[in-house]
Amino acid sequence: MTQQTASAAINISASHSSALQRFVWNFTDTFVVMRRNLYAYQRQPELVIFATFQPVMFLLLFTYVFGGAISFSTGGDYINFLLPGIIIQTILFASANTTVGLSVDLSRGIIDRFRSLPMSRAAVLAGRTSADTLRGLVTVTIMIVVGYIIGFRFEDWGSGLLGLALAVAFGYSVTWIAATIGLFVKDPETAQVAGFIWLFPMTFASSIFVPTRTMTAEWLRAFAENQPVSVVANTVRDLMTGTVNPDEIAISLLWIAGIVAVFLPMAVWRYARVASR
Amino acid sequence: MSKQQAIIAEDVYKYFGDVKALDGVTIHAETGKVLGLLGPNGAGKTTLVRILTTLLKPDRGRTQVGGLDVLRQKQQVREIIGLAGQNTAIDEILTGRENLEMVSRLYHMPRPAAKRRAQELLEQFALTDAADRQAKTYSGGMRRRLDLAASIVARPSILFLDEPTTGLDPRTRITMWDTIRSLVSDGATLLLTTQYLEEADELADKIVVIDHGKVIAEGTADELKANMAADFIDITVADPHETGKAAQLLQPLSDENPQTDAGRGHISLAVGSGAQSIAEVVRLLDAESVHIAELNLRRPSLNDVFLSITGEEIVEEEAKTKRRGFGRRRSA
Repeated sequence: MTQQTASAAINISASHSSALQRFVWNFTDTFVVMRRNLYAYQRQPELVIFATFQPVMFLLLFTYVFGGAISFSTGGDYINFLLPGIIIQTILFASANTTVGLSVDLSRGIIDRFRSLPMSRAAVLAGRTSADTLRGLVTVTIMIVVGYIIGFRFEDWGSGLLGLALAVAFGYSVTWIAATIGLFVKDPETAQVAGFIWLFPMTFASSIFVPTRTMTAEWLRAFAENQPVSVVANTVRDLMTGTVNPDEIAISLLWIAGIVAVFLPMAVWRYARVASR
Repeated sequence: MSKQQAIIAEDVYKYFGDVKALDGVTIHAETGKVLGLLGPNGAGKTTLVRILTTLLKPDRGRTQVGGLDVLRQKQQVREIIGLAGQNTAIDEILTGRENLEMVSRLYHMPRPAAKRRAQELLEQFALTDAADRQAKTYSGGMRRRLDLAASIVARPSILFLDEPTTGLDPRTRITMWDTIRSLVSDGATLLLTTQYLEEADELADKIVVIDHGKVIAEGTADELKANMAADFIDITVADPHETGKAAQLLQPLSDENPQTDAGRGHISLAVGSGAQSIAEVVRLLDAESVHIAELNLRRPSLNDVFLSITGEEIVEEEAKTKRRGFGRRRSA
């Protein structure tokens, strides 16, 4: 018996994948799972419509309700200050979908199929985060169109689009935080809450809606000025209003890379453990 | 061991807190054969399947599938196995075709090959009409078929089916049996779990009976029955109120206590030799004017086997599961 099983094992390892092939599969498998998630969005258009409607509503409300009061402290047009900020806010809040979506996947039978296949371990997660990032790009594009209708202008299209790219890249890094949270909560109901709760302090104690120097408590101001959401929001805002500051861009990119470097491995590690309960 | 073993689990333990899901289970599945894992709900069947298919880590024990160490060669194991779990592992938002294409792609088939394979499987499992409909519109039987199709996408040499017919109506179940038979006709090894005795009897070459995380019996269906070394006489009395009285009268004919169902006036009697005892039964009951509505002589069923080993009726467990099954569907 031992002889036979040994030869069977050798046959299998001979036909088995090389390290390079496995590396490539990380991407092809991710692409397959991403497509599956995009199909899902395509077949639930109401989900995407409402997810777009909400930030557009925020944009209009903030512009017309608070715009008059807040613009005293921002100087210039509030819409030019607000839109880049709301883009970041939208991207942050959209990440809750990643938390919930992943948690739903984990609660369904399909996850056992994925886990019993010889596919890349990271693909289920990366397929989710990349699909959600693409969705974010669509939403943000629509917001810029609406922004243009109500008076927003890129100072310079080149740097403006660079700002957009940076915002989307930040969104991608945030989906990995969201994915990690989704893997730590035990059911989709909890994910619904946990996916949102951390976003409020990150969004409001930042430079998204108001300049941080107007914040009254010193500890809050210190946090708000230095946390990544403000750093990235300021950079995106500068780029969209025509200021290219390489140092600022470099710090933003470092934050983005740092977040991915911490949360991607953590999510993959957690996925392996969670799904094998 | 002269014959090759496709699946080996030796001394496998898995506790979930205080619950001993597997309490030292050993099974061997011969290559090319069907091993039936029979037991009531909660016996540990699913836990064992999940361990052997790399989804769950055992606390202790040796596990080998296709000569590969399940714990250390996970990825290789995944390349040679197919799994259709108790909860159908299909994506409801995708169509049947998309489900199969996705799985094919994740087995790293090139796109044209994936498309061909999906089409083949849709035909094989009679899903062509529904191929381009979202799986959420499928009936229970269609979901099971799609799930089975997904599990054999890569023509696995070792297949795990965890309760493939639970929750299906009787007619669909029999169609499913034919499908499962055809899957293993070309030499694949199958580990099949079931709570249905007749299903194990129909499909399995060898049966392992498992209860409370322990193997309590194993052998072919005939061997298990032969161990009983007895025939059974089923008696239905005309007046169910006389069930107890009749059972008492018949007691001397058997070494074991007769099984009774007072509601239906049913008595089941294990006897050494059916042909001799049947006359005795009639005489004893007639002498006391107990009227017989129905009388049957039969070989022991696996239900009797299970009953004699565990002292529990397996049928009750089935009923419980069915109820639970409905609850799940409603909440989904």
